[in-house]
Amino acid sequence: MRVVFALWMREVRKYFRSPAQMLGTLGSPVMYLGVLGFGLGPIFRRAGEGSYLQFMAPGIMCMTILFTSTFSGMALLWDRQFGFLKETLVAPVPRLTIMLGRTVGGATVALFQGLLVFLVSLIAGFRPAHVLDVPTAILVMACVALVFSAMGTIIGSSLKEMQGFQIIMNFLVMPIFFLSGALYPLRNLPVALTVLTRLDPLTYGVDALRGVLIGDAHFGVGLDILALAIAATVLLILGAYRFSKIEV
Amino acid sequence: MDDTQPIIRVQHLVKKFGDVTAVDDVSFDVRRAEIFAFLGPNGAGKTTTIRMLTTLLQPTSGSLELDGLDPTARRNDVRQRIGVVFQDPSLDQDLTAWENMDIHGVLYGVPRRERHERAARLLELFELAERKGSLVKTFSGGMRRRLEIARGLLHTPRVLFLDEPTLGLDPQSRNQMWTHVQNLNQTDGVTVFLTTHYMDEADRVAHRIAVIDHGRIVAIGSPAELKSRTNSESLEQAFLALTGTAIREESVGAADRMREAGRMWRRR
Repeated sequence: MRVVFALWMREVRKYFRSPAQMLGTLGSPVMYLGVLGFGLGPIFRRAGEGSYLQFMAPGIMCMTILFTSTFSGMALLWDRQFGFLKETLVAPVPRLTIMLGRTVGGATVALFQGLLVFLVSLIAGFRPAHVLDVPTAILVMACVALVFSAMGTIIGSSLKEMQGFQIIMNFLVMPIFFLSGALYPLRNLPVALTVLTRLDPLTYGVDALRGVLIGDAHFGVGLDILALAIAATVLLILGAYRFSKIEV
Repeated sequence: MDDTQPIIRVQHLVKKFGDVTAVDDVSFDVRRAEIFAFLGPNGAGKTTTIRMLTTLLQPTSGSLELDGLDPTARRNDVRQRIGVVFQDPSLDQDLTAWENMDIHGVLYGVPRRERHERAARLLELFELAERKGSLVKTFSGGMRRRLEIARGLLHTPRVLFLDEPTLGLDPQSRNQMWTHVQNLNQTDGVTVFLTTHYMDEADRVAHRIAVIDHGRIVAIGSPAELKSRTNSESLEQAFLALTGTAIREESVGAADRMREAGRMWRRR
């Protein structure tokens, strides 16, 4: 337990130590909210869907969490390159503890980043339906963070070098984002897209957050959280397995 | 535990990677509180042996014992008893020296108070106390090396493994590092198992030296013994006499192998 905490603390400490990075990763969410939110806003409204900013803000929070948590999982590659991974793997502690500390730490950092985007969207004009829904929203964000932090751990344990990073980014992380319904409603989609969106775990994260914050869930918050829980369990188990196979 | 028992006992150790035999029937003992150097050309099997002793690799056959325990079966107990400084660095550069020490202590289950006391003492000893709050990425190569050794000693290991610890350090840093290691060996009685390419270092710090080549031990003894056995003035000459002058990255020619076989034969 102490080991999990120490490794968790390491991630959190590093996060707060680099405010430049913290603000730097806010760049793309701000862009999406500002440019897409206000740019597509009029069309969205004319189509009878209400405020686009209200609609997309939860999606952008999820996007931020997706990126941050996947990256912190992949920081494993970084630690492998600079050797710290070895230091933890030869210690007399079970690998599972190390994997949990890292993964939960990465998820926490992603949650912080998501909350930061939540603040930014408030400034941009986003308004949650009710203040009391915010704690539930944080819970949903935490679930999303855990799912993708575990995914990051799987990727980080499976790749050997940074070279694979671009491929993962273009063929896994971006599709997860674009298929999640963060930017468009899930109704009346072509069949292929309907199927793909439903296979994407982030879809349920976005939907749950939208349900909690603006009362507009496609599947219902209960089902969403169930889907997230299943995804988190499966990915954590897979992550633990992959992590146990790392050779130093 | 009987203090006259060797702390490390290696018998008929073999490690094969596919068709390649990296370690070929190696046997040796390391006594308690001695500084034992493992010398050999590149690819001789030094690191492979260290990796087996430090639980990172399973031997193909043979037996290993560290402080009376089998590293292959009692992995965590052995890990608790050893400190390892790897060939390549393993610090977290984005943390401070103190935080690196502290995480290590947690990983090895050192209680909080003891952890802080020992970390402070070791940082003092390795002349890093003033910089304990600085991020490791601001450290010089020599400072990083010293920090790694200090960290490796935090959980009071019985054996400290140093795999080419002075690689890439300037002579001043090397000198200083060995002074620290020697002091520590004398005051705390920690056994040191090291590998190096620098013969002068081995000559200076090691009580006993094993020379390994092509996965086999070709000689073992004190620096003076090795020199007198080969009629050499320096350990470097003794080393070359024992292992030949062929460069190891290329495959060794048949003639060289013959010469070597002859040399080994004559010695017996």
